[in-house]
Amino acid sequence: MFLINCPFCGEREQSEFKAGGEAHIVRPKQPTELSDDQWAEYLFMRKNIKGIQFERWNHIHGCRKWFNMVRDTSNDEIKAVYKMGEKPPVK
Amino acid sequence: MIKNLRVKSSKLVDETYRISFKFNGSTYYGFKGDTLASALLANNIHLVGRSFKYHRPRGIMTAGSEEPNAIVQLHNGTSRTEPNVRATEMEIYEGLVASSQNCWPSVKFDIGGINNFLSPLLPAGFYYKTFMWPASFWGKYEYFIRKSAGLGKSPNVPDPDIYEHKYIHCDVLVIGAGISGIIAAKTAAKNGFRTLLVEEKSYLGGSTIYQDSEFFKINNQNSASWLEKEINEIKKIENLEIKTRTSVAAFHGYNFLLARENLTDHLPLEQRENKTRQKLLKIRAKKVITATGSIERPLIFDNNDRPGILLSSAIKKYADLFGVACGEKNILFTNNDSAYETAISLIQKGIKVQAIIDNREEIDSKLIKETEKNNIKIYKGYTIVDTSGYKRINSISIMKLSKDGQKVIGSKENISCDNLGISGGWTPAVHLFTQSGGKLKFRDDDQVFIPNSYPSNQISIGSCRGDFTLDEILINATKLLKDFLNIKKTEYENIEIYSAFNKSKRNIWLLPSNKILGKTKSFIDFQNDATAKDIKLALREGFRSIEHVKRYTTTGMGTDQGKLGNMHALGIISETASSKMGELGTTTFRPPYTPLAFGTIVGRNVGKYFDITRKTPIHEWHVENKAEFENVGQWKRAWYYPQNGENMHEAVQRESKAARDSAGILDASTLGKIDIQGTDASEFLNRVYTNAWSKLEIGKCRYGLMLNEDGMVYDDGVTTRLDENHYIMTTTTGGAATVLGKLEDYLQTEWPGLDVYLTSVTDHYATISVCGPNSKKIIQKVIPEIDLSDKDFPHMSFKNSKIGKVKCRVMRISFTGEQSYEINIQANYAKSVWDNCMEAGKEFNITPYGTETMHLLRAEKGFIIAGQDTDATMTPIDLQMDWIVSKKKFDFIGKRSLYRSDTIREDRKQLVGLITDNPEEILEEGAQIVADMNKTPIEMLGHVTSSYFSPNLKKSIALGVVKGGKNMMGQKLIIPMEKKQINVTVTDPVFLDKENKRLNA
Ligand SMILES: [Zn+2]
Repeated sequence: MFLINCPFCGEREQSEFKAGGEAHIVRPKQPTELSDDQWAEYLFMRKNIKGIQFERWNHIHGCRKWFNMVRDTSNDEIKAVYKMGEKPPVK
Repeated sequence: MIKNLRVKSSKLVDETYRISFKFNGSTYYGFKGDTLASALLANNIHLVGRSFKYHRPRGIMTAGSEEPNAIVQLHNGTSRTEPNVRATEMEIYEGLVASSQNCWPSVKFDIGGINNFLSPLLPAGFYYKTFMWPASFWGKYEYFIRKSAGLGKSPNVPDPDIYEHKYIHCDVLVIGAGISGIIAAKTAAKNGFRTLLVEEKSYLGGSTIYQDSEFFKINNQNSASWLEKEINEIKKIENLEIKTRTSVAAFHGYNFLLARENLTDHLPLEQRENKTRQKLLKIRAKKVITATGSIERPLIFDNNDRPGILLSSAIKKYADLFGVACGEKNILFTNNDSAYETAISLIQKGIKVQAIIDNREEIDSKLIKETEKNNIKIYKGYTIVDTSGYKRINSISIMKLSKDGQKVIGSKENISCDNLGISGGWTPAVHLFTQSGGKLKFRDDDQVFIPNSYPSNQISIGSCRGDFTLDEILINATKLLKDFLNIKKTEYENIEIYSAFNKSKRNIWLLPSNKILGKTKSFIDFQNDATAKDIKLALREGFRSIEHVKRYTTTGMGTDQGKLGNMHALGIISETASSKMGELGTTTFRPPYTPLAFGTIVGRNVGKYFDITRKTPIHEWHVENKAEFENVGQWKRAWYYPQNGENMHEAVQRESKAARDSAGILDASTLGKIDIQGTDASEFLNRVYTNAWSKLEIGKCRYGLMLNEDGMVYDDGVTTRLDENHYIMTTTTGGAATVLGKLEDYLQTEWPGLDVYLTSVTDHYATISVCGPNSKKIIQKVIPEIDLSDKDFPHMSFKNSKIGKVKCRVMRISFTGEQSYEINIQANYAKSVWDNCMEAGKEFNITPYGTETMHLLRAEKGFIIAGQDTDATMTPIDLQMDWIVSKKKFDFIGKRSLYRSDTIREDRKQLVGLITDNPEEILEEGAQIVADMNKTPIEMLGHVTSSYFSPNLKKSIALGVVKGGKNMMGQKLIIPMEKKQINVTVTDPVFLDKENKRLNA
């Protein structure tokens, strides 16, 4: 079970958090201008990487803030956590 | 004949404290400190069970948690009976009653034993091959398989014991209190780390604590005496907590571990009353030191499973720790020096050793010389090819090994015995290490898997990292600890260590025989009866992956997870398939390391504490008025209020009629309520609902539908504009938390620029809904100061008011289609307002109604329930609710998805009404809907989502989803049931008052 360093609260048990899927997928500003394929790309297509993955997490049983995480899915190492809107600190 | 096989006084048992216990119906005696296994062995009982597949007699084989055979059922009354208890771990107590498992009718005469003679018919994969066809026979096969399989009986009444969970945070966790665990704990604690040492056994010191001979010395003392002093010292260290009888079950990522602390299982029954039986420790450690030791390997030869065949180290342990001789005519069979340690211990205790069979040809360590001095015959370069004795070994046959170890040569010699100790070297106990994500490497020298890379802040020390001699263990552990704990010096820098143990080993995974493989039974997995032959068969049949071979042969799939034989299975695969051990990998070790009781896992969260129960402030009134309750999420909601012996149907019919004829009252407090404030509140609502919100006047209410981004409906509710920048949103009872979460998600991540604040106020306000033609009169009596005229207070509007001095909000909104008012008031005043309404409504026969009536009333009006009539595949268009989807709005969540090629299909399932030909016939919710019964396969068009008998329409009504249903008005369809077909007609989903006249009636 992870120990997650919430950018707002500090280290907390994983059971306080909810995972929210891939990060940095921005909702299109003008969805009506998109073709079915383009919209489907935004709506359905997600990466499933073995290795470095960028993820959204929510401190749902804590401060309720959403934030981003960089995690190596091959060994579950959390490389970094950072606030929404911030650039990922590692590539 | 019961012999006394106790020898000289031992380390662990207290011979002044005699304990009686029952095993398989007979009474025996043991001493305090005995395990069930040691006490049985002291009574000369080896036969304790039958094997899983062939029902061969099996005896105690080990002295620890790796035990495959001595698995017993404990009987402490019906509720405390416990299966799969390892006799080798179970400490005896006065009154213990245990019996063998997996045998019927008795361990001595077992009907399943016939499988042993049928064994040519039971090869690996037998179950897969034989019981597959014909499929219709499976029911019969299963009955027989289960009857003869039987791994114990589970209790059939609730567990009366108390279990607890405890969180522990420590700097350093040390797992295992053998010599390396002890020095690690001492070093960590003395250097200021808050340290926890856990040990699965009842005593500290591991195997060194009975390594009491001149052949193993530390600082010129026998290693056992040296360690005893260390143990006495660590017991005094303040920041070191020691927990015995505590086994680590799981080692998860980030140094999160689960351990079971056993508190009462060893106590006499009368001392257990009201005590916690077991604790599940949830440990988060900054650093973990794994010192879990190693497990002795068996040797694989024909008939290596007879009662009386034990691991050599177990024989030593029973003698040294428990003072028990496992036999009077002992033979040891080994490929390394360990068996000689056993021999010396036995000699010291006056127990006879007949002979030692050693695979190795050239051997000459101090241990061996000492053994030879005692006139014990050592057969060097020999192997056992067979054993005999059905319920107890009585002799062995040996032959000389060829130089390459592939064959046996020369003639066979028989030696009689009543006990055989086997030692195939040692396997590091890396189970917990690999659970944590650690990767192994294979050491070719002595054929062991050892830790390679650590995934978290942890190290392994001692024999679980492949250090097998006393000097290796101490020197390497000291070095590793300094690095790991970042300290300069330990107190073990200059200790003198003497070990007579020589590491030479002759590893042969499957020992050769004078018989062909097909004629031998060389067991690898003793619990699941997998033999070397089975492994080779699996390979012949094309299985290559260790994971597949494991499943096909069931090797390693017993309750012991193959702690003894997995390595041999790998070895044989590797040899047969000519692949390298290191490349094969091992099977995955999964938690728990040893079985855990369900009670331990759930702790105190049983019965009414299983989940949180949410009750409305009016709950007690519902209880007093005999409501039946239903669970909606965590909420207890009044379901219906039966009167004078009414059943549910009768009560609901009465309540539904009363609500439309005069007045009904509903506790709607469980509806989710979200307070929304901020200058962008209107814009926010525009984006999350399908309809337009900017122009909603202050004091007005509006119904809204929320979609997921994929266009599917997921919640609905009425939102009221309280002020320019202030709304109160209601959600469904079950959807409240997810709606809030979703809104927060969009606000924080997609639209952080919006000035909007969300607050959940569900528990702060209670909601009382009064509906029906007389609702206005009742509300007027309860709130005299409010103007309820239709002109001043029309449908879908809201007013602030007061009841006495208490502020309240009144909404005129309706989920029933009747004229209806909802009073929202601070929760702690709710009960008295409810009483007021009941009092005021008396003259109008005000009738409390529950959720069932609410559902019926809304169904009469064709109002959907999100989650009942929708299932995450329904768009608003599918629901025939096109009117609520704004065409003008630039965007809202889910808008773009409403015109994807899939969502605009005409033949999607759409919500319709269904009227049965027979008005008395009530459809079953979930029933399938079809058009043509003659088509094969029958095409399923949809299903019934809501169905009731309407007392107001005096007929059966239903809602359902039907492919292309929108264009099927008036069409006949069929609901096929098990014994009949019900004919229905597709209608509009609104059954009652299509013109909405009743809202203002
Ligand atoms: Zn937080």
